[in-house]
Amino acid sequence: MKLVIAIIKPFKLEEVRDALLGIGIQGMTVSEVKGYGRQKGHTEIYRGAEYAVNLLPKVRIEIAVAAEDADRVVEAITAAAKTGQIGDGKIFVAPIDRALRIRTGETDADAL
Amino acid sequence: MRGASLARGAITAGAFTVLTAAPALAQTDAKIDPADTAWMIVATALVLMMSIPGLALFYAGMVRKKNVLATMAQTLAVVALCSVLWAAVGYSLTFAGAGAVIGTLDRVLLEGMTPSTISPFAKTIPEALFMIYQMTFAVITVALVAGSVADRMRFSAFMWFAALWLIVVYVPIAHWVWGGGFLGQAGVLDFAGGTVVHINAGVAGLVAAYLIGARHGYGHDNFAPYDLSLAVIGTGMLWVGWFGFNGGSALAADSRAVFAIVSTHLAAATGAITWMALEWWTRGKPSVLGMISGAVAGLGTITPASGFVLPWHGMIIGVLAGVICFWSCTWLKLRCGYDDSLDVFGVHGIGGATGTLLVGVFATPVLGGASGLLAGNGRQVLIQLYGIVVTMAWSAIATAVLLKAISAFVALRVDRQSEIEGLDVTQHGEALQ
Repeated sequence: MKLVIAIIKPFKLEEVRDALLGIGIQGMTVSEVKGYGRQKGHTEIYRGAEYAVNLLPKVRIEIAVAAEDADRVVEAITAAAKTGQIGDGKIFVAPIDRALRIRTGETDADAL
Repeated sequence: MRGASLARGAITAGAFTVLTAAPALAQTDAKIDPADTAWMIVATALVLMMSIPGLALFYAGMVRKKNVLATMAQTLAVVALCSVLWAAVGYSLTFAGAGAVIGTLDRVLLEGMTPSTISPFAKTIPEALFMIYQMTFAVITVALVAGSVADRMRFSAFMWFAALWLIVVYVPIAHWVWGGGFLGQAGVLDFAGGTVVHINAGVAGLVAAYLIGARHGYGHDNFAPYDLSLAVIGTGMLWVGWFGFNGGSALAADSRAVFAIVSTHLAAATGAITWMALEWWTRGKPSVLGMISGAVAGLGTITPASGFVLPWHGMIIGVLAGVICFWSCTWLKLRCGYDDSLDVFGVHGIGGATGTLLVGVFATPVLGGASGLLAGNGRQVLIQLYGIVVTMAWSAIATAVLLKAISAFVALRVDRQSEIEGLDVTQHGEALQ
């Protein structure tokens, strides 16, 4: 099992979700995060006081999938989330030791 | 309009006299004009609205999230506390008697005030209405000062400050300018509070900001406003409420009130446009904070002049307010290094002084009978300067002494950790979710 973690631009969320539905992925966890990489922040000015805002809003998606599906998921997210501009984000694939469905007690592959 | 109501009043008085066969010298309701009274009731409500929720929203929207509720608490506490103190003793010391320096205790706890008594300062409305109208001015002046020390003042110390500052600083100045005291006697013109409200609050705020010290992290941390939309809503209430603040200072439902309202509104408009233009030119973008700051600057600056000048003067005054207050909130504040959190001095202090001085330039005898420089009476400028200097001096010195005295019993500032955590949770046990 693998955990696919994607940091994407917030406005790309719906597109990514639709793309994943298209390949049969039915669940995900979404959180609003802040971060930066090569994309610089912006400056805000309030009555003469300047603040450099370096943390930009992003969306983090986590999807638990069977190992053999991980590559398809990564490709689908990449295609949907890409704009070609700096700040498109990153995708990480991490191993999952165990999984459990809380309602039924199903484990591992049956829990995904 | 005035003639008709006077005639009505005279007929009523005459009928009353005939019916009761009482001597015509008895003080009756005959002097009280219903139109003036109705307008002044509305004006009172408008000015109260400027404090709650106008100023509460205006200020709270500009501080950081962790201090929003605490900032509102300061305005709320002032309204409650200072209303009571004003009725108890403030009104009497300001407007009772004929002292040059202070009023008398004749009206303590509103003793002697009946449905038919009138104040010599507002002869066509019930005295109780004049009292409560003035209350709303006293209250908002105290509430304004809180802006300079936002994000760091201990609530208990602030309550002490609010109570004492009202009596020691506001009451004397209000008496000197409006209550028959020496500044008014000397000819200082202040229609609705350039000295009494704006210079007073602005200077007191500056002194408090210096004494309490800058916020932790000032100059390098991100102090971006929590929610400027709250500040915009607050500005709307202030702008509309100012129709009561300046218009109501005519103390009558007449043309002078209307002219005051027109000048006020135009000054707010040109103030907003000017600040917006300056930001567009110097920063490349016009900000919403700039627009509302410009509007409030225009409003504060026209305040002393509103009943003495023509509408087109009001437009000019608004432009000058935009320029001068923009400069003082950006260049002057940074140059001098004080942390006047919400620019009470930059907008109200400097704006009030500018407006009070400009009365001496623009006052036209057409409205209210006073002449300024442009009407051939250059001496008025000097008289205005005198009023400005005395107000600044008393406000600065008395505020400093008061804060020092209070700090001997309770720390003015919260401790470092509480300031970092935020005043909402440390002073009030509450948080925005």
